[in-house]
Amino acid sequence: MKKYELETVVRVSERYGSGLLHLVLERTDGKDMPEMAPGQFVEVAVDRAKVLLNRPISIFNRTDKALELLVSPIGTATKALCEYVTGDRLRIIGPLGHGFSTQFAAGTRVLLMGGGVGIAPLYYQLRTLLSAGVKAEVVYGNRTAQDAEICALFSGLAPLHVCTDDGTAGFHGLVTQHPATEGAFDFVQVCGPKPMMKACARLAAAKGVPAEVSLENQMACGLGACLCCVEDSKDGNVCVCKNGPVFNTSLLKWQ
Amino acid sequence: MAIDLTTHIGNLTLQNPVLTASGTFGYGLEYADFIDLDRLGGFVVKGTTLEPRQGNPYPRMAETPSGMLNAVGLQNAGVEHFIEETYPLLRDCKAEVIVNVSGAKIDDYVAVAERLQERTGIRAIELNISCPNVKQGGMAFGTTCAGAESVVSAVRKAWKGHLMVKLSPNVTSITDIALAAEAAGADSLSLINTLMGMAIDIETQRPKLSTVTGGLSGPAVKPVAVRMVWQVASKVSIPVVGLGGIATAADAIEFLLAGARAIQIGTYNFVDPSVSVKVVEGIEDYCRRHGVEKVEDLCGALKI
Repeated sequence: MKKYELETVVRVSERYGSGLLHLVLERTDGKDMPEMAPGQFVEVAVDRAKVLLNRPISIFNRTDKALELLVSPIGTATKALCEYVTGDRLRIIGPLGHGFSTQFAAGTRVLLMGGGVGIAPLYYQLRTLLSAGVKAEVVYGNRTAQDAEICALFSGLAPLHVCTDDGTAGFHGLVTQHPATEGAFDFVQVCGPKPMMKACARLAAAKGVPAEVSLENQMACGLGACLCCVEDSKDGNVCVCKNGPVFNTSLLKWQ
Repeated sequence: MAIDLTTHIGNLTLQNPVLTASGTFGYGLEYADFIDLDRLGGFVVKGTTLEPRQGNPYPRMAETPSGMLNAVGLQNAGVEHFIEETYPLLRDCKAEVIVNVSGAKIDDYVAVAERLQERTGIRAIELNISCPNVKQGGMAFGTTCAGAESVVSAVRKAWKGHLMVKLSPNVTSITDIALAAEAAGADSLSLINTLMGMAIDIETQRPKLSTVTGGLSGPAVKPVAVRMVWQVASKVSIPVVGLGGIATAADAIEFLLAGARAIQIGTYNFVDPSVSVKVVEGIEDYCRRHGVEKVEDLCGALKI
């Protein structure tokens, strides 16, 4: 998919719960957003953070006019990015990398599993799957009800099962313990903290179905040029930015 | 006023003085969505070794103030893969495609150069005697005059094309190494490679890189690089190619004034994938504003 440098302006900057920021960006030239696939990411130049490198941020959603991101204030740059408000400008490079599989036979049952800000790529993926007639459900875990407020954006799309660590909303426990995961599925797609993704991969393996996970190794270029973000795979060191960020777990050395 | 950007580096003629640095630009193709590669003076492709290399374990990168540390460790698919798979895609590029040649032993450097000579139309190689991220070879050759002399003279015997030698800043006297490389037959010198550095995660109390130390690049190193280019250019008679932290045309012009005949852009390609073309345009604009008809007139024009 062709990559672009895009000058964008923030149209919506809305905080959910304890800190996740939903950003809706449009191009300053008013043109349509280029084609982007779910699970791909963009590099964002966070000029105000006074950091050198751009930051890879997952694509939450793409519409004809808008690119939507979800940002969690974790490091210097993401904290600064979470202060951007309507009217602010952001330079974006993307779309980058390879996303989740979307070509499934109609009627295929896909289980989407997200943890924390890892919910980000699952929204666009869910929309894409549903519009292709694929059956999908989401199981989403976070620490507290407040942290899980981002789920409001998913209302009306497909069954979304919330899990919280403290039991303040939905199921009290881990995503892999949620009763919804006991059903029959043909494919599992995951984004979240690595220990959670590994547990989800084990769950998929126990069901005998394939799993895809989205990795977030530290990156510099995002283009497959610097070779900094490598993951040790069965094919040797592969770039998360170019060969991923989404990988089938059969390629990874996780077990 | 038409500005002549033509740049001569020994027997090599470039359409302008802007190259991109090895390890920061892949094989050029990674950037083809952002820039027209034909507009560059040239690009130096990823360090190429005789055998494929997996490089160092992750994590390989740590951002630092105005810079970054890397410890990639020359991951590449080997010279055969380059010749068979990559070179055909670059053959018709108008920009000069320069291959960065790396190795652990002198014989490896020579073997890579010989294969490139026999089976490609590559006209210039950049001999990497300055990689700080591999245990054997690399910087070991670039930190002593005898080491530099031995590998440069061995490759010189085998390689008929343009021989650029990339120098390490991690030495007591870079001019001594530069003179040794010149005496051994180098056609030009490129400098600087990365500065050895280190960063620590104080929460885990562990190094941020798997290899503990790595190579520092980015705007943070630019003043060191300009100083070294100036020192080397005033000592040697072969052309010098300057690199280290260039992010703008203004940075590039500093290097030219200090005595560089051409420049390479490295880390900033990660920040702005079209920076190289912007620097070409910026240099042309500077020449126009300063009434400089030929960019080569800027080379070493520093007034002291």
